[in-house]
Amino acid sequence: MTDAVALVPLFPLLAVLVNLFIGKRLSKKAVGILACGAVGASLGASVLAVAGLMAMEVGHRSVEVILFPWIVSGGFQVPIGFLLDPLSAVMILVVTGVGFLIHVYSTGYMHEDAGFARYFLFLNLFVFAMLLLVLGNSYLLLFIGWEGVGLCSYLLIGFWFTKDSASDAGKKAFIVNRVGDFGFILGMLLIVYHFGTLHYGQVFARAPELFHAGDLPMVLITALLFVGAMGKSAQLPLHVWLPDAMEGPTPVSALIHAATMVTAGVYMVCRSSALYELAPVILSLVAVIGCLTAFFAGTIALVQNDIKRVLAYSTVSQLGYMFLAAGVGAYVAAIFHLVTHAFFKALLFLGSGSVIHALHEEQDIRKMGGLKKYMPTTHRTFVIGSLAIAGIPPLAGFMSKDEILYEVFNAGKGTGWVLLWIGGIVTALMTAFYMFRLVYLTFYGESRMDEEVEKHVHESPPPITVPLTILAVLSAVGGFLGIPVIKKWNIMHNWLGEAFHAAAEHTTEAATHAASAVSHLTVELGLMTVSVVVAVSGILIARTIILRRPALAEKMRNDYSFLYSLFLNKWWVDELYDLTIVNPLKRFADMCWSVFDVKGIDGTVNGTAKVANVSGGVLRKLQTGFVQNYALGIVIGLALMLVLAFF
Amino acid sequence: MITLTHYLVLGAIVFLIGIMGVLLRRNVIIILLSIELMLNAVNINMVAFSDYLQNMSGQVFVFFIMTVAAAEAAIGLAIVVVLFRNRETIDVDRINVMRW
Repeated sequence: MTDAVALVPLFPLLAVLVNLFIGKRLSKKAVGILACGAVGASLGASVLAVAGLMAMEVGHRSVEVILFPWIVSGGFQVPIGFLLDPLSAVMILVVTGVGFLIHVYSTGYMHEDAGFARYFLFLNLFVFAMLLLVLGNSYLLLFIGWEGVGLCSYLLIGFWFTKDSASDAGKKAFIVNRVGDFGFILGMLLIVYHFGTLHYGQVFARAPELFHAGDLPMVLITALLFVGAMGKSAQLPLHVWLPDAMEGPTPVSALIHAATMVTAGVYMVCRSSALYELAPVILSLVAVIGCLTAFFAGTIALVQNDIKRVLAYSTVSQLGYMFLAAGVGAYVAAIFHLVTHAFFKALLFLGSGSVIHALHEEQDIRKMGGLKKYMPTTHRTFVIGSLAIAGIPPLAGFMSKDEILYEVFNAGKGTGWVLLWIGGIVTALMTAFYMFRLVYLTFYGESRMDEEVEKHVHESPPPITVPLTILAVLSAVGGFLGIPVIKKWNIMHNWLGEAFHAAAEHTTEAATHAASAVSHLTVELGLMTVSVVVAVSGILIARTIILRRPALAEKMRNDYSFLYSLFLNKWWVDELYDLTIVNPLKRFADMCWSVFDVKGIDGTVNGTAKVANVSGGVLRKLQTGFVQNYALGIVIGLALMLVLAFF
Repeated sequence: MITLTHYLVLGAIVFLIGIMGVLLRRNVIIILLSIELMLNAVNINMVAFSDYLQNMSGQVFVFFIMTVAAAEAAIGLAIVVVLFRNRETIDVDRINVMRW
């Protein structure tokens, strides 16, 4: 049954090929069925394969399916092969499951769009690339998927390419990712240099034999790989592309820029846990970057007015949580949060898409309000998603976020680590606040819509509401995959535990350390209480400021005008990059063009022509056309020859 | 006694007259005549050396050259006739279509 894993990426690829050649001639219905069917079939194959994996003995759950040799160069070999283990099993279920729902949603959302077939072509291609990324059995296959999803991201962000802002955003995403990918490639080359292979199993097996913790090659490799993860997963300082990526169609934001692609960095760090455990410095760096990103993006999300941008910064912030977890060695918690985040953030994005659709492409939350009575299903599901991300028990976000905060608290590496925990808690407070600011501004209070728009507001059709409902259910119950306190019932830990051998030692060590200080259970319950209090107070603050006393919001805006404009302008990071990188580069390019190209290269070519022209102009004067002049030349030549001959 | 030197000097003088004619005169017919002079200056040299070296091939050569020169003169004059019909002139200064 586990062999079915080879079929998982095949279905979307087939759909891509069919769509590529005859997609334009198919009806919209046929294209929709083809695309959804392909991902659905993938989901089926994934379930089958994972069921097969579950039937295997604990501790030996790892299947490699080698399809054919690809690169064979002496001792260096890269076959096309898939690795199915608990980690990739979780990933393919999320990718195909959430992906399927979003495909179904897209058939409703994109129904009026002229590029319907093209849209699903890209979307299927994305799913294929993402599955290749998570299933590949070597870094090279991961990298192919990595670039493939990057390409699809670019294509789908710029899907409405006639809009300047959309094509600019696509380019920005691609170029910023280039920076990260450069690091990733260097990391891969270092792996080849030191291990002579890119195969996961071989690299991870040899790493502890060849290197001690903290050896320079390990530090370099993991640091460079993490640069790649920073680009793909939009961590500081390479986060700038993700908010702009919201120019793409909303289901794309849900699938690529919330649920799957942006989590590839987290997956990669978790997959490489064996390497990261050998580079404690970089692991700490991962945690610090994650925490900073979580906090930083959270502050921006507080004041944004575009519904999708709030969610985009929220995504950056939540990805920061995942890296924070990975950085303290809590890989299971990171993957758990990845899964629950895929559920509730996809839900929130799809919900926002439903709202945007109903309001005729209006994204400014200042022009919404009171939508509760018009869109009951969207409202209900959106609130569930918001409660989940805010961390209200027992919804999914509470379970995973709480586990991360618990692990961070217990990492026990001195006072610095307490700061990380405080950063996490403060971010949790901000998360609850900005999500409910969004909810209250969108669905509650007075309507601030134009009358014309308000007349046409309606609940979305079933292809949109059904996926919303399913995702809402998943957001509500998904957390039970990782029940805290009672380890025996924690499916996530039991399932993923074996994927992170090295990490397991790490955390047990930390756990015993913590256990010696305070009672385990007390800490866990205490932290849980703190989380709940923080989440509830965040919601209550939002309720007070947004719904009850709008004057207070106005007053705060004026009293803290510096902070407000700092957050509203995204800490001026874009401006800083423009100033320090983009504009100097443009000037340099301009200089290359006007000096090097125009004067240097064009000058050389034109100069050659000019020399020929001028010398021709001089020499042609000799061509008088008078035969006697030529005869004179002959005679002079003869005379000279005679002179030379005799003297 | 007329020595080889006298013949060679005569040949050189005739040749120079021919060159001067080619270079200085503007009338195509005169130029053609001058070319004939140069040819015949060479012929004089040939015969002189033939006599001096007691070798007949020089004189045989001269006959060939005169034959070819006759044919060449016929073609040259024919060209001049055609040229005159086209351009109504045989002044070389005005025959300058090959000019830059």
